[in-house]
Amino acid sequence: MRGPAFLESLEAAVPGGVVGTNLEALDPWVEVAPGAIADVCRWLHDAPETGFDSLQCITAVDWFEADPKKAAKAGWEPHLELVYHLWSTAARVSLVLKSKLPRWKDEVQGQPPEVPSVVGVWRTADWHEREVFDLSGVVFVGHPDLRRILCPEDWEGYPLRKDYEMPLDYHGIRGR
Amino acid sequence: MAEYLIQTVGLPEWLAWSLMAGLSAVLILNLMAGGALVFIWAERKVSARIQDRLGPTRTGGSFGWLQSLADGIKLLAKEDLMPAGADGMLFRVAPYVSFCASFAAFIGLPFAFDMVGLRLNVGVFYVVAVLGLEVFGVILAGYASASKWSLFGAMREAAQVVSYEVPLGMCIVVPVMLAGTMDLVTIGEKQAGWFTNWYVFHDPFTFVIFWVYVTCAVASVNRAPFDLAEAESELVAGFHTEYSGLRWSFFFMAEYSSMFLVSGLAAVLFLGGWNGPIPVASLLGLSDGTGDTTGVLVRLVGLGNLLGKATLGVLIMMWIRWTLPRLRIDQVMTTCLKYCTPIAAVMFAGAMTWLWVFPGGVLDIDTGSRRPGEIREGWLDGPGGRGAAAVSTPSSVPNNAAVAEVAE
Amino acid sequence: MSQVIDDDPRIIEFDVRTDEMLVNMGPQHPSTHGVLRLVLRTDGEIVSEIEPHIGYLHRCAEKIGENVSARQFIPYTDRMDYLAAMNMNLGWSLAVEKLMGLQVTEKARHLRVLISEFSRIASHLVGMGAYGLDLGTFSPFLYAFREREKILDLFEEACGARLTYSYITVGGLTADLPPGWLARCEAFLDQFEPVIREYHTLLTTNAIFVKRTAGIGVLSPEMAINYGCSGPVLRGSGVDQDMRRDGESIYTAMYDGYAFEVAVMKNGHYPQDHVYPAVPADAVLGDCWHRFFVRMLEVVQSMDLVRQAIDRYSACSGPLGEPVKVAEKLPKGDVYLETECPKGQMGFYLVGDGTAIPWRVRARSSSFSNLSVLAELCHGCLIADVPAIVGSLDIVMGEIDR
Repeated sequence: MRGPAFLESLEAAVPGGVVGTNLEALDPWVEVAPGAIADVCRWLHDAPETGFDSLQCITAVDWFEADPKKAAKAGWEPHLELVYHLWSTAARVSLVLKSKLPRWKDEVQGQPPEVPSVVGVWRTADWHEREVFDLSGVVFVGHPDLRRILCPEDWEGYPLRKDYEMPLDYHGIRGR
Repeated sequence: MAEYLIQTVGLPEWLAWSLMAGLSAVLILNLMAGGALVFIWAERKVSARIQDRLGPTRTGGSFGWLQSLADGIKLLAKEDLMPAGADGMLFRVAPYVSFCASFAAFIGLPFAFDMVGLRLNVGVFYVVAVLGLEVFGVILAGYASASKWSLFGAMREAAQVVSYEVPLGMCIVVPVMLAGTMDLVTIGEKQAGWFTNWYVFHDPFTFVIFWVYVTCAVASVNRAPFDLAEAESELVAGFHTEYSGLRWSFFFMAEYSSMFLVSGLAAVLFLGGWNGPIPVASLLGLSDGTGDTTGVLVRLVGLGNLLGKATLGVLIMMWIRWTLPRLRIDQVMTTCLKYCTPIAAVMFAGAMTWLWVFPGGVLDIDTGSRRPGEIREGWLDGPGGRGAAAVSTPSSVPNNAAVAEVAE
Repeated sequence: MSQVIDDDPRIIEFDVRTDEMLVNMGPQHPSTHGVLRLVLRTDGEIVSEIEPHIGYLHRCAEKIGENVSARQFIPYTDRMDYLAAMNMNLGWSLAVEKLMGLQVTEKARHLRVLISEFSRIASHLVGMGAYGLDLGTFSPFLYAFREREKILDLFEEACGARLTYSYITVGGLTADLPPGWLARCEAFLDQFEPVIREYHTLLTTNAIFVKRTAGIGVLSPEMAINYGCSGPVLRGSGVDQDMRRDGESIYTAMYDGYAFEVAVMKNGHYPQDHVYPAVPADAVLGDCWHRFFVRMLEVVQSMDLVRQAIDRYSACSGPLGEPVKVAEKLPKGDVYLETECPKGQMGFYLVGDGTAIPWRVRARSSSFSNLSVLAELCHGCLIADVPAIVGSLDIVMGEIDR
């Protein structure tokens, strides 16, 4: 099941879940409302006609340009984009989900945005979400154990944000 | 020798005996230390050749002869570290306990006819009992190190060695039963003659039990595939994780000495001891008496025989170590409790029956074996319960005076 | 032991329970394959809980990727799975080529197959040898490294490096093979074939090895898929998936015309294109033994592929093609591509913004997902099984921490 039929059944299963699509891109993607991520993923995983039983990757892309001149020409508002790459072992097809988040929750600098966790759908999301939380600063609501995974536990900031500044000093170790 | 000093040189008795005891101690200690050096070098060379490498090639000439010595010097120069949380006294004492146990066991091991530190009428019992004490050093080390890995190693060692004492004991009882004595010298002497007289070829049961002995011996000295106490891929280095320098090398020496000891014990109990496969001496009509030159030469050849057999045993242990993966602790215990112990028990019963049915062997050659009942009578009759040993020892020396025959 | 438990006749297990102990395995431990730290909660020898801590080798590869051009990022991919750097180079190059819409020449395509499959052999040799080491046998490790050295010698001849090759690059390869290389490669394969039988004797069919691995760490196919496991770990559980056959067309096109059978147990048996040892009776699909065995099968499979690639490559007369310029501009857009690396499926996600420098680079590593299943596998095993299970996952920390 591909293309429009698939989108229709997805829309029927999770009303208001699909926000937009781009089927012409190299990897066609479906944009999902941030709040509906978990429901959409649950449906994609469970529904027999789709059967996306495997999550390959979760990526957070920070769309932010510090330089005001470049930012004016960029053509997008600063936001955070979550990209989910799904894979169906049986049908051997992949699916890309995207979801746009604000860079900071309630526009408060330093307060990471929230999105429902998909750990309940795929166990592999556990570590992937921890990594996104650690490096890009997205809080996954409902994650059983959301801690930093690659950086030390007392690390500050989210290194893969475009406005991240390497600390000058970490426990007496020079950073820059 | 001691008598010689007393009677001819005229030394006081206490001095003569002390001198001889000291001489034996020095000889055995050097044998252990030198043996360990040679075996460590051999292990490196053997493992290297097994693994398509060269091993040490430079230190002390083309074969790296002095590599172990150089390592020893390096270990001497190393800092003696002790973890902050360690139990200081036990931590320091543990290597010596291990070392002393395997050193003390050498006292009872005969290297040739009458060439033994102390000829004991319960030699087998003594050697096995004292060798079993080595585990105390390991447990102490593991406990005192204040390291979890060490503790794991020590607990494994305790469980393993104590379990393997059972089948090991049963294996050792069989040659004792065949010889009718626990005196290692007598057991060795009884296997003189052609190699068919060796206890390993005595009957099918002893042949099987020899291999059970080999398994248990490898396990009791913690060599691969039973080296769980120091399993480097699981427990870092097991009980000696926290040891460094000379203390660590004492553990090492104890390990190699124990290997040599159990191999030597196998040689004496099963493989004819110091008797070669062909009785060259008796075929040529040479005397093996204690008094003359030929006798000394014959015994020196016997010494070579025993050392050769024991070394072969050590080399086989090395070969096994560099070939097989390690068993898991439950599998080690299963091997002991489900396989080794029942097999040893059945073989023991079998060997006993065989002895009863063919008291003189299948070919009915009188090799001096007696029915079990007679042995018991001998024990009962003998003075002070030492009848069996006394009967088979021509020049029966009072046991409390039988010190230091090694240099005779 | 409390009075309540003593009095309860239903509870008999409590008698063997002792105090629990937390043990740190790693990051400096001989069998954690680098700097992995495992916190074990043990009860005597039994592990009740295991928690992996990673990140000791984190080198910010994704952040670096946002500061260098696509071709400049190639050396950083080398350092991800440093045991199969060729496959890492290939994965990144293909992802960039997918974004740029590049097509490499026929000759470069066959050379890429040849090199990446050869690299797979080298990687599996390390996995196999180190697994022997984890189980306490040292010699197979050196036998494996002996053969790997010969492969590295050949790689060194081809690209000048022994570990971090940067050989396969965006738009092709950095250089053609030196003269006589193919003959030396074939000579190596010929002498390597009997050596595999030796490995099977020492490990695969060795009684103690089977006892240590069969039935240990059983990973069900459902769990493997749910945890995102891939590569030999997934195929060891009996899931028939290999990106070389099932992946995206840009990757599968590389293997067009190549004959190979995915190393997986189907209909109760493994591929029968060669003579392989029989599956021991104790082995359960998805256990450590099967994961190990799949790797051994893939060594033979890769040898076949290398032989085919040698024929096809030498039949090619065309040019090898030139790699793209270092500062070549990337089009706008994003791509994700997974390739079948020795450790599993390595995915690269790449966002281009019209400049030479990617806006975002993401590496989805196979070992990362494969390791995350460890806590499930090790529940209730013995301490000695932990190295056996970790080893059977064949992780490489450079790829996990990136």
